[in-house]
Amino acid sequence: MSLLDTARNALNAGGRNGLASTERRDPIGLAVAGLNRLAGTDLLDRFGIRKQTEETVYRVTSAGFKTLGATSRVFARAGKATKGARPATAATSTGVFDLTPSEDDQMLVDVVTELADEVVRPAAADADTACEAQAEVLEATVELGLPILGLPEKVGGISEERTAMAGTLVHEALAKGDMGLAVAALAPGAVATAIGLFGTDEQQQTYLPAFTEPAGDTGVPAAALALTEPRVLFDPRTPQTTARREGDGFVLDGVKSMVPRGADAELFVVGAMLDGTPALFLVESGTEGITIESEPSMGVRAASLSRLHLDGVRVGAIALLGDPDGTSYAETLRLSRLAWCALSVGTAQAVLDYVTPYVKEREAFGEPIAHRQSVAFMVANIAIELQAMRLVTYKAAGRVAAGKDATREIGLAHRICTEKGMQIGLDGVQLLGGHGFVKEHPVERWYRDLRAIGVMEGGVLV
Amino acid sequence: MINLEAPKKFQPLVGQAHQVAMNMLRPISRRYDEGEHEYPKELDMLAAMIDGLSDSGQAQGAGASGVGEKTEAEKRKDAEAEKSGKGGTRNGSNLASVLSIMEMCWGDVGLLLSMPRQGLGNSAISSVANAEQLERFDGVWAGMAITEPEVGSDSARIRTTATKDGDEYVINGEKIYVTSGDRADHIVVWATLDKEQGRAAIKSFVVPKGTPGMEVERLEHKLGIRASDTAAIRFTDCRVPAENLLGSPDIDTKQGFAGAMATFDNTRPLVASMAVGCARAALDLTRELLTDAGVDIDYDAPTYSLSAAAARFIAMEADWEGAYLLTLQSAWMADNKQPNSMQASMAKAKAGRVGSDITLGCVELCGSVGYSEHDLLEKWARDSKILDIFEGTQQIQQLIVARRVLGLTSAELK
Repeated sequence: MSLLDTARNALNAGGRNGLASTERRDPIGLAVAGLNRLAGTDLLDRFGIRKQTEETVYRVTSAGFKTLGATSRVFARAGKATKGARPATAATSTGVFDLTPSEDDQMLVDVVTELADEVVRPAAADADTACEAQAEVLEATVELGLPILGLPEKVGGISEERTAMAGTLVHEALAKGDMGLAVAALAPGAVATAIGLFGTDEQQQTYLPAFTEPAGDTGVPAAALALTEPRVLFDPRTPQTTARREGDGFVLDGVKSMVPRGADAELFVVGAMLDGTPALFLVESGTEGITIESEPSMGVRAASLSRLHLDGVRVGAIALLGDPDGTSYAETLRLSRLAWCALSVGTAQAVLDYVTPYVKEREAFGEPIAHRQSVAFMVANIAIELQAMRLVTYKAAGRVAAGKDATREIGLAHRICTEKGMQIGLDGVQLLGGHGFVKEHPVERWYRDLRAIGVMEGGVLV
Repeated sequence: MINLEAPKKFQPLVGQAHQVAMNMLRPISRRYDEGEHEYPKELDMLAAMIDGLSDSGQAQGAGASGVGEKTEAEKRKDAEAEKSGKGGTRNGSNLASVLSIMEMCWGDVGLLLSMPRQGLGNSAISSVANAEQLERFDGVWAGMAITEPEVGSDSARIRTTATKDGDEYVINGEKIYVTSGDRADHIVVWATLDKEQGRAAIKSFVVPKGTPGMEVERLEHKLGIRASDTAAIRFTDCRVPAENLLGSPDIDTKQGFAGAMATFDNTRPLVASMAVGCARAALDLTRELLTDAGVDIDYDAPTYSLSAAAARFIAMEADWEGAYLLTLQSAWMADNKQPNSMQASMAKAKAGRVGSDITLGCVELCGSVGYSEHDLLEKWARDSKILDIFEGTQQIQQLIVARRVLGLTSAELK
């Protein structure tokens, strides 16, 4: 490197540390940068000048820690490459406008709500800090059968009919406890549901038994639907991850981002371009060429978000999930967005339920702040927009359950939940003032979590 | 089972209203916007037609009065359903009303408000009147007189008085913003029996047109809904029979304002549906104009890979969908006898504000085509504003919702 280049690099601060590439150092900046480098060397530590931090904490919570994919169990091949079982659409639709959940759905909501209140919420803050869901929380959701909620009875699931509405209600109820833990708990179900919706007989018989009847003490596998990529203006309909045909199978290359529980996942459903059309691929975690990189993010941290690197990953013919014409992929995208909408409704409800008593108890100028219109109207608007989010989401879910096209409704739900959900998170913190900014109260977590809506593609599915 | 599609059984009703809106209201929409205070004579025929349809049981509440007491037939049906133990969920007259009003206001809000025999006063009568009064005032066209020059949202403080004199009440005061105040043949007027006793003393009285002492002073010139006449009415020693007092004449301080306010519980979903209908007119036309201009409104695309126009359109439509469903929710709750005061206010707050956002946004999106009187977008952007004001402003709705959510009284949250 020439002296000139060295000098130029010293002046250019941009391109790192969140600085735009146009940033330049002036003489004072150069001096400050030098001091900072000195302060950062281990020289200080070697002389015992500074306390050591524990490296383990750093590794868990910091981005960029890399590992191989988890060693997956053996998914024994079974069945034929013919069309698999499909859930029936809800045939009981009576054409009556109705806001009452079915009895089954209500029972489900009640149980999940209890779990959310008693198990999920108390675990949420620790899971957020550790970037990991507690094993006992995940076990409790498995016990309720949440991973197989989206599967039809024929392949070992719970219901005969398409359970998009039940799924929506469950995502909402669980996210009222905590969004991060909800994503961690529901991620395996996203993969199972996708296989139930689009899988061949062979794919269903090969992969679903691990979810429906896990052998011995192995438990239900962690699994993840990986659709997002780490790219600005990412359009999930044109992923840069590619699948190339080779022999009977495919070779996958690319990077997926925001993959829940990536390091533990034994099975991925990966979105990749095949012959110019986006498609879904089943990838077992032990396959050569897979690396998992930790990707702790602003929120949804309990879901152990990760990047999935695919480097010449070879998979067999069994890997291609659903129609290669892009329809299964498009459907998956929509159903995933619907699931995120439901999550946002649950978390926004948590915000409303939290700020309501708070503003009535907190006093300023001699009376509860709730007695002021500027505060009370914020709460009213949270309630109004939350209910609008919920109804738009339910309408979309109802259409999916009835087998109707829901492209428009899901698009609208996604829009309103992205926008109003974030506003509710923002107002939640604002209503608590300084107390909203510190971790003593959960509203700052909900603020971070609600920013996920509109950013996340995949991960969850109804 | 949760299903938020519009009820199948009302499809014919909605279809009918849509055809009426398209073929009777739209063709005269601009004309009566320009000819403010001119009587839309076409509506007489329309009203007659709707009466005919109502008699044959094919239409319900095409005007502003739609929600209220159930018909005898409906009550019988309810009773039977309860007896047989299969009550289930009902899609009744409240849902039918909001759905048909949406369609009519997709046609023209001002004309809907001018529908003969479908005034807001009719809604008050059907909400508050006793059986005898319901029968006596059947078929009248009643305007509603609440607002006074010094009293708007704070309707508990109205100054118009009603003094008992023998078997008559003598009414004195000035009312403004009376929709159809000149055209209606009856006026339902709010007056206080005793200023000292506050809300509980406020009662509503039916005053037939031509009663000595009731005089229309002027008609307002307005920003929008110009097809609908808005009157200022003065009452000077205006005498009405005591039996024209709607509901109970007793001043029940415990019940307070509830009686009179019941009218608003019923009319808020209706006004919300007006805003929803008007906004949909703007969205429908704007969608086509944008599509013709080459804008792709793609619901699958991430917001920021859409054109700004398409992104704005989808954001407005998402808000619209929320307002629409909140409105249906409040009507559905009324149909199923669930208290819906908060949800009715939620619907009106959301629909009122997005009604303005959307109609104004559509004008902006369509540029001079939207702004010009060559088309109707600019008119809808003017018409929609009143819907965030009358029958309880945006701020009043927020106040109602806030009190309910927070469990605060009107003394605590002023």
